[in-house]
Amino acid sequence: MRYFIKKSITLIMTLFLVSAAAFLAFQIIPGDVVTSILGTEATPEREEQLREELGFNDPPAVRYFNWIADILRGDLGVSYRYSKNMNEMMPVSELIGDKLPVTLWLAALSLVLITAVSVPLGVLWARSKSHFLDALLGVTTQAAMAVPAFFLGILVTYIFGIVLKFFAPGGYVSYKEDFRGFLGYLMFPALSVAIPKIAMTARFLRNSLLTEMNADYVRTAYGKGCTGRRVVYGHVLRNAMIPVITFLGMIVAEIVAGSIVIEQVFGLPGIGRLLISSVSTRDLPVVEILILYITFVVIFVYFLIDILYRAIDPRISEK
Amino acid sequence: MKTLSPAKKWNKYFTAGLVMTGAAVFLGLLGLFWTPYSTTAMSAAERFAAPSWRHLFGTDNFGRDIFSRVMQGMGTTIVISTLVVLFSGAAGILLGALTGYFGGVLDEAVMRVTDAVNGFPSILLALVFISILGNGRQNLILSLGIVFVPSYVRIVRGEYLRLRDADYIKRARLMGVGRFRILFVHILPNILPVFGVSVMIGLNNAILAESGMSYLGIGVQAPDASLGNMLSDAQGYLQAAPWYALAPGMVIVWIVLGFSLFSEGIRRRVE
Amino acid sequence: MKKKLCSLLLAALLTTVALGGCAGGTGESSGDNTSTESVTGESDEQSSEAESSTEDQADGPVYGGSAVVGIQQDIDSLDPHKATAAGTKEILFNIFEGLVKSDENGNLIDAVASGHTISEDGLVYTFTLRDNVKFHNGSAVTAEDVKYSLERASGLLDGTPLISTLSAITAVDIIDEKTVQVTVGSANTELIYSFVAAIIPAGSGEEEGADPVGTGPFSFVSYKPQEGIVVKKNPDYWQEGLPYLDEVEFKIVNSAETALMELQGGTIDIYPYLTDSQAQALKAGNTHQVISSPSNVVQALFLNNAVEPLDNVKVRQAILYAIDKDEINLFVGGGNGSLIGSAMLPTLTDYYEDLNDVYGTGADVEKAKELLAEAGYPNGFDLVIDIPSNYEFHMQTGEVIVEQLKAVGINASINAVEWNTWLTDIYNGRQYTATISGVTCDQTPGYMLNRFETTSSKNFINYTNAEYDEVYAKAQAALDLKEKAGYYRQLQELLVDDAATAFIQVPGNMTAISNRLAGYRFYPIYVQDMSTVYVVQ
Repeated sequence: MRYFIKKSITLIMTLFLVSAAAFLAFQIIPGDVVTSILGTEATPEREEQLREELGFNDPPAVRYFNWIADILRGDLGVSYRYSKNMNEMMPVSELIGDKLPVTLWLAALSLVLITAVSVPLGVLWARSKSHFLDALLGVTTQAAMAVPAFFLGILVTYIFGIVLKFFAPGGYVSYKEDFRGFLGYLMFPALSVAIPKIAMTARFLRNSLLTEMNADYVRTAYGKGCTGRRVVYGHVLRNAMIPVITFLGMIVAEIVAGSIVIEQVFGLPGIGRLLISSVSTRDLPVVEILILYITFVVIFVYFLIDILYRAIDPRISEK
Repeated sequence: MKTLSPAKKWNKYFTAGLVMTGAAVFLGLLGLFWTPYSTTAMSAAERFAAPSWRHLFGTDNFGRDIFSRVMQGMGTTIVISTLVVLFSGAAGILLGALTGYFGGVLDEAVMRVTDAVNGFPSILLALVFISILGNGRQNLILSLGIVFVPSYVRIVRGEYLRLRDADYIKRARLMGVGRFRILFVHILPNILPVFGVSVMIGLNNAILAESGMSYLGIGVQAPDASLGNMLSDAQGYLQAAPWYALAPGMVIVWIVLGFSLFSEGIRRRVE
Repeated sequence: MKKKLCSLLLAALLTTVALGGCAGGTGESSGDNTSTESVTGESDEQSSEAESSTEDQADGPVYGGSAVVGIQQDIDSLDPHKATAAGTKEILFNIFEGLVKSDENGNLIDAVASGHTISEDGLVYTFTLRDNVKFHNGSAVTAEDVKYSLERASGLLDGTPLISTLSAITAVDIIDEKTVQVTVGSANTELIYSFVAAIIPAGSGEEEGADPVGTGPFSFVSYKPQEGIVVKKNPDYWQEGLPYLDEVEFKIVNSAETALMELQGGTIDIYPYLTDSQAQALKAGNTHQVISSPSNVVQALFLNNAVEPLDNVKVRQAILYAIDKDEINLFVGGGNGSLIGSAMLPTLTDYYEDLNDVYGTGADVEKAKELLAEAGYPNGFDLVIDIPSNYEFHMQTGEVIVEQLKAVGINASINAVEWNTWLTDIYNGRQYTATISGVTCDQTPGYMLNRFETTSSKNFINYTNAEYDEVYAKAQAALDLKEKAGYYRQLQELLVDDAATAFIQVPGNMTAISNRLAGYRFYPIYVQDMSTVYVVQ
C-alpha cells in the first residue's frame, strides 16, 4: 500500500513536470497561435482582439495555474485552432475523443498481430534443432529490427499498396462510417508497426524459453518420462510467458508513444498526427492534454509491469 | 540438450557485422570527401534514370547521382550519430555517477526528470528542442544528445548504486581516497562492460533517430544529402522512381543491421 | 514488370520535355490533355478550352451523385470573415457569397446583389439586392443581413475589422428593402473586389452553436478536424439549374505524395495541386484529365534590402543575373510556370508588364560575377536562404537556386524553418537575409505592389524608394483605370531597376479530374467551384 501511494505521487509529480515543461516550451519557441491563425493577413487590431479572446493578456504563470485548475475540475479546455461550428472552438475532450479510437485500434490490432505471430514463432524457434532454421530466424529477426518505422511504412505502402494493390494508400475510412473498411485499412499500418516488434518478441520468447528449459524442474520432468511437447506447453511456456507479457506491455506503451511516425506515413487521423499538427499550429490546449495522456499511458504501463513483477517475485519488494 | 550459442557461431555474427559495418563506415567516411559524381550537380537530361552501371542506384528528380548522395548521407549519419552518443554517453556517466553514488535530493530530482523524459515521445522532445534552438547539424546533435541522456543515466546510476557499497570501495573510502578518484578511477572501469553494451544499443538508436529526424526535415539541410531527407523526398516519386526510396532506406537497414550483428558478435565473444 | 515499363516510359517522357507526351494515347481524354496542356497563358482561353472538352464527353449535364475533392490543409475557421487561409477560402467559396463574386475569367459578377453603382467621387457604393436569394436556413436575404455582414466584416460593429481592406467603410445605410448604400472614407477603385465578403444572416456571427450559413450553391453538413468538410446541394440556389452534385466532400489529403495514390485508388476525384511527376504518372493511366492553369501565387527569392550585402543594388542584380528561371521552371514546375520579372500576375493583362528580359530568364554568369566584383565581392559571400519547410515546392526551388548561385561564387545554404517561425521571425520580424516563399494574391491588381511601399506593414523585404512611394500614392488616388494601369506599370519597372527582389514565377496549378466528372471550371484565383461539376456516367 505504501508502495502504491508512493508510486502514485511520483506519477502525479511527473505529469505536473511534463505539463509545466510543455507550457514553458511553448513560451520559448518562436511564433504563437495568434501569428499562426492570422498568417500573413495579420493586422494589429485583429491580433489584439484575438489575444484578448484567448486570454493571452494574463501573465503566463496565471494562465498555467488557471489551466491546472480547469483540468482538476474536469474541464479540458477548447482547441485554439479547430472550430466546432461558426462561432465556437472544438472542446479538447471532443477532439481527442474522436481521434483516440484510431490510435487505440491501431495499437490493439498491432498487438494482436504481434502475439499471433511471435508466440508460435518463438516456440518453433526454441524447439527447432535445425541449425539452418536457427540461423535463418536469427538473421531475419535482426534485419526486421533494423528497419526504421518510416521506411517500413513506405515499403508496406509500395508493396501492398502500389504493386499488389491490396489497399489504396491514403484511402482511410472513418471508423464511424464503415468499421470493417476501417479495420481493413488499419491492417497495413498495424503490419508496419508489428514487424519489428514481432522480431523482438520472438527473440525474447525464444531466449526466455531456452532459459526455462535448462531449469531444474524441466530436467526433472523429462526425467519422469514426460514427452517434449507436454513439457513445453505444460510447464515451460507458462513460465516463460510471464516476462514476455511484461515485454508486450512495454510494447503497448511504445506503440502509443510511437504512433506519431506511422500515422504520418499512412495518413491516419489519430492522436499522433493530431499532436504533430497541433505543435506546428501552436495549439497549446490540445498539445498539453495529448502529452499528458501519452506520458500517463507510458508511466502507467511501466507501473503495472512493476506490480506484476512484485506479484511474481516477492524478493523485489523487500529491497 | 541444446545450448544457447554453439561456440563456433559467434564468429559468423562477428565477421558478418564487422564486414557490413566496416563497408558502411568506409564508404560513408569516404563519401564525406570524395564521391563518384558531385552530390549536388543537377542534370535535366538524366532525371529519374533507373539504376545502371553508370548510376548504380539511379538518379533522382534533379538528375543527381543517388549512389553519391547515399555515400555522403551515410557519412553524415555515422558522424552525427557518433557525436550524439559521445555527448549523451559522457553526460550520462557524469550524472549517473553523481546521483548513483551520492543519492539524496539531487538523485530524486534527476530521476523525476528522467522519468518525465522517458515518458515523453522522444521524437517530439527532439522537435521541441529544435524549435527552440533552431535548425542545423549542431543543434540536431545537441537535441538528440539531450534526449538520449536519461537512458544512460539510468544504467550508470544503477551500476554506481550497486558498486558504492562494494567492499573494495568501502576500503578505498577508509583509506581516505578522494571522492573524485573513487568515482572515476575506482568505480568507472568496473562499469565499462555494462556501459559498453548500452553504448552499442545507443549508437543504433542514434542512427535511427538521426534518419528519423532528417526524414521529418530537421537537421541536415538540403541540398546536402542525408539518408532521411532523401527518403522523404523520394516518397513523392514512389511510383515513378521506386529506386530513389529503396536506396537510402536499404542503406539505413544495412548500417543498423551490420551494427546489431557486430554488437551481437562481440557480446557472444565476451560470453 | 508493368511498373518497370511505366517508369521507363516516364523517364523517356521527362527527358524529351513534356510537350505532347501523351499524344500517342487513344481515347478522348488524352486528346484533351494535349490540347489543354499547350495552353499556358491566358486563363479565359484555358477555361473555355476545359469546358468545350467536357462537353464532348457527355450529352449534357446530369443531376445527382457526389464528388470528393482533395485539399492540402485543414481549414482555419468556419467563419467566412475570420478565415484567412487561402486553403479555407477555396472551400468556403461554395458555401458563402458576397454582394459580388469572382467568375472564372477573373472578373467580378453580381451575386447577392443584382447590380451596383459607384458615385463619381468613388465614395458611395449603392447595391441593389437580388430577388429570391435565400440563406441555407430558408430565410430570404434582407437588407438587414447585408448591413450586418458588412458592418461585422468592416469593424463598425465592434471596432475590430475582420477584413482589413473593408475598414475603409464608414457607414452602411439601408435605403429601402432592396437597396443598401455603403460610404467609404477614401476613394479606391480596387475596393469593389473586397465586396466578395460573405453575406451571412444578421446576428449569426454572435449566435452560440451556429452552423455556417450562407447563400452559396452548397450548404454546410459537417466538419471533422484533420479529415475534411462535407457540403450538400442547396436546392434553393438562385442560379437556375445549379448545382448538379448532391454532395461534395473536401477531404484533407495527408501529403502530396499520397494524393496521387488516392486519385488512382478512387478515394478522391479531384486534386488541384499535382506535382509534375505525379501528373506524368497519372496521365499514363488515362483515367484522369490533367490540366494545368496558372495559379495566383507569386514565387520569389525575397531579398532583404536592409541587410548586408543585399543592401547593395549591384549584389542584388548579380543574384538576379545568376538565377536561371527556365531551369527552376523545368526542374520544379514541370515547365508549367509563367516566369515573371516583377510584382504582377501575368493574368492581370491590363496591368502586367513583361519585364523578364531585363535580367533574362536564363543565367548570365559572367555578368553576375562582374557585378559582384564591382560591388566588392569578387570571391562571393555566404548567403543563408530561409525557406518554410512545409512547402516542398519552395524547398526544391531552393535546392536549384543554391546550385545556381554556386556557379557565380555565392556560397548559399538552405535553412528550413517551420511555418510559424517563418511568420514570426521572417515575415513579421524581418530577421533574415533571403527567403523563398510565395505570396497568394487576390484579384486586386495592386495587391502585390502594395508590399513594396516603404511604410507598408507587409513590406518585409524592407524596400525603400521615394519615387516608388510617390507613384504608388498616385496610383491609389487615380480613379481612371487607364491612368492607374500606367502607374502600376511604372511601379513594376522601378522594382526591376532596383532589383528589389528576385521574382521567379507564377507556378502552374496542375489539376487532376477523374473522368467520371465533367464541368470543372478553372479560376485565376484560389477557389474550387463545385457548382458546375457533374457526373458523366
